[in-house]
Amino acid sequence: MSDDYNTELLRFSTCGSVDDGKSTLIGRLLFDSKMLFDDQVEALENASKLGGEFNLANLTDGLKAEREQGITIDVAYRYFHTPKRKFIVADTPGHIQYTRNMVTGASTANLAIILIDARKGVIEQTRRHSFIASLLGIEHIAVAINKMDLEDYSEEVFNNIVSDYEKLSSNLDIKDITYIPMSALMGDNVVNKSKNMSWYEGPTMLHFLESVHINNDRNFENPRFPVQWVIRPRDDDYHDFRGFAGQVASGTFSVGDDIVALPSYKKSKIKQILIQDQELEVTYPPHSCTILLEDEIDVSRGDMIVKPSDLPLVEQEVEAMLCWMHERPLQLKKKYIIKHTTQSTQCMIRGLDYKVNISTLENEDADTLELNEIGYVKIKTARPLLFDDYRKNRQVGGFIIIDPGTNLTVAAGMLREPADFLQDDSDFVI
Amino acid sequence: MEEYNISHLDALEAEAIHIFREVAAEFERPVILFSGGKDSILLVHLALKAFRPGKFPFPIMHVDTGHNFPEVINFRNNLVNKIGERLVVASVEEAIEKGIATQLPGVVSRNKLQSPTLVHAIEENKFDSCFGGGRRDEEKARAKERIYSHRDAFGGWDPKNQRPELWNLYNAKLAPDENMRIFPISNWTEMDVWQYIKREDIELPPIYFTHKRDVFERDGQLLPACEYLPLKSGEKVETRDVRFRTVGCMVVSGAVESRAETVDDIIAEVAAARISERGGRADDKGSEAAMEERKKEGYF
Repeated sequence: MSDDYNTELLRFSTCGSVDDGKSTLIGRLLFDSKMLFDDQVEALENASKLGGEFNLANLTDGLKAEREQGITIDVAYRYFHTPKRKFIVADTPGHIQYTRNMVTGASTANLAIILIDARKGVIEQTRRHSFIASLLGIEHIAVAINKMDLEDYSEEVFNNIVSDYEKLSSNLDIKDITYIPMSALMGDNVVNKSKNMSWYEGPTMLHFLESVHINNDRNFENPRFPVQWVIRPRDDDYHDFRGFAGQVASGTFSVGDDIVALPSYKKSKIKQILIQDQELEVTYPPHSCTILLEDEIDVSRGDMIVKPSDLPLVEQEVEAMLCWMHERPLQLKKKYIIKHTTQSTQCMIRGLDYKVNISTLENEDADTLELNEIGYVKIKTARPLLFDDYRKNRQVGGFIIIDPGTNLTVAAGMLREPADFLQDDSDFVI
Repeated sequence: MEEYNISHLDALEAEAIHIFREVAAEFERPVILFSGGKDSILLVHLALKAFRPGKFPFPIMHVDTGHNFPEVINFRNNLVNKIGERLVVASVEEAIEKGIATQLPGVVSRNKLQSPTLVHAIEENKFDSCFGGGRRDEEKARAKERIYSHRDAFGGWDPKNQRPELWNLYNAKLAPDENMRIFPISNWTEMDVWQYIKREDIELPPIYFTHKRDVFERDGQLLPACEYLPLKSGEKVETRDVRFRTVGCMVVSGAVESRAETVDDIIAEVAAARISERGGRADDKGSEAAMEERKKEGYF
C-alpha cells in the first residue's frame, strides 16, 4: 500500500473527432484497468436497455445535451490509476468549432493522445490536433492508430500512416512521438497486448502511459516565483512575520539563495521556505509554499521573485500566438484585460501579423481573429509583463485575455521572445 | 533530477493551495462551504496550509439541514474552536419558517431545500465566492465543471456556456449579484482524499468508521433509523456494523456494512469497492441527469 502514496501524476489530453473512438478508448482504459464500479456498469446497462448498445463511450459523455446529440461538447476530466501512476485525462471534443476546448485541455497536459482512424489515415483534423499539441508545448505525443480491426490488422496500413504522420510532424515542434496500432472497441493494444498484431513490438497504450518519462518536462532551469499573497499575521506570536506565498512556476529556490524581486529590482536572500510549519531546504515546481526574505523589501501580489543570475523578460510590448475563444471576434486597439502569472493588467492588441490556417498549417493575412482562430499578435500592456518565451517555460509564458465588458475569457496566448533577440540553439544547427 | 520528484498527493495539494490563495487575492468576500464531510474537512486543512500562520481571510459556512448526525455537529464545533476561525450557520429550518424554502408535501429529504437556503445565505452575507469540496470523479456532470464555476444572479449553472480554463490562470471577474463556486479539490479522487487524510493524519467525524447503528433497508440502501425517516410497511430496523462513505443530510446518507476501524482499513475498502461513492446517495438515483438538473438550480 505504501507505494500508492508516492506515485507520479500524469496529465494527458485526448484529441479525436466525433467517431474516431476517443470516448471508447477512455472507456476501454477505465474498463480494462478495472476502474469501473458496479453501479457505473449498471448505469451503462440501463442506458443500453433503453435502445443503445453496451457502449463504453457512454461513460464519458456526461451532459444530457451531449448524450442526445451523441457528441462531446466540452472538456471533461477523467481519473484513473494503476499501481504505477495516477492519470488525469482531459477528454476534448475534436470537431473544428471546438478548437478552444482542445487548447484548454492541452494547456495542462504532459502528453496528448492523437487518434487516427486506420481507414482514413492522416486527415485535416490530425494536422489540427497535432498543431495545437505542439503549440501548447506538449512534450509527448502518442499517435493511436485506431480501428485496426476494420483494416484486418494490417502492418502495411499502419506503416503508411506512420510515414504520413512523420511528414506532418517534421514541420512541428514535438519532441517525442510514439505510434500504437489499436482497436479500442475490441481492446487490442489498449491495456492488453493484441493477439492480432504480432508484428507490433511496441508498448500497449496503457504501458506507454505508465512508463513515459515526464519528470524532466518541468522547467528546473529558470527560477520564477510569482507572488500570490502576502502572509502578515500581525499578532503577538508572529509580530514580524512577512511571508510571500505563491507557487513555484519554474526553477529551484534554496535557503540562502540571492534573489531579486521584480519589477522593483530590490535584492535580498532567502531566509526560510515554508509549507505551513514544515521547513524546506529547497523548493521547486509545482510546490505551493511561502518564502521569507532576510530584508524587509516591498513585494506584493503580481511581483515575481527570481534570481539575479537568470532574469525573465520585462516588457510592455510583447508578441504572442493567440487563440481566440469567443464568438465576438478580436477587436484591435480595444482595451482588454490580460491575466499572466499572478498579474492582471490592461492591454491592447496592436497588430495581427498573420493567422494560421490550422488545416494546412500555412500562414495567412488577416484583419481579425474569429472564434477558434489562431494568429500571431503584438500586444501593449499597461504594466510590464515578467515572462519567458512559452516554448521554454509554459508556466510563465501563458496568459488569458478577458473582455472587461462581458467578463468572459475570450482568448489564450503563448508569449514569444521577439525574433530579433531570440537565442534558440536550433537556429545555429546546420 | 531524482531529488525533485513530486508525488501525486504533493501535486494535488500544491494545486489546491494555489487556488485558495488566488481566490483570497481576487475576490472580495469568499467563504468555505462546510458540510462536516471529509471533503470539506480537507478544504479546511488545505486552507490552513495556504494561510497559516495568518488567519483565513474568510469565514466557514455550514448549510444546516436540521437533519444532522449529532456526531458531525460536535465535530464541526470542535474543529472551529480549535483553529479559531469564524463559523456562519445557514439553517434550512429557518429558511422554511421564513418561506425561503418550501417543502413539497410527502418529501422527507431536505436536500432540495439546501439550494434556496444556500442562495439566500450567499445574498444575505454578500459572499461572492464559495469554496466547495466537489470532485470531478464523483459524477458525470461534475466531470465537465470548471474549478471556478460561474453562477448567474439566480445561482444557476449554465453547463454549455462555461469559461475556458487554461494553465493555472483563473478568471475571477463577476458582474454584480453573480457568484463563483470554487472547487479546489476538483482533480482529487476518493482514493486521493483518503490517502491524503492518512498522510496528513487528519481527524474525521466518528461516523466514517465502523460503529453499531440501527438501520433499515430501502431501495437497496441502508438508511439510518432516525426520527426524520418514518418506516414504511415491511421495513424493519436492525443493528448492524456500518459506516458512512458520505456525510450529507441524515435522510439521504446511505450506510455501508463495514468493519473498517482505521483510515488504512478504509483505504483497503475503497481499493476493493464495487459501488462508487455517490452510488450510496439516494438523491442521485432519480435519473441519470439528476445531478445536472440540481446543479442548474444552484445546488453545489
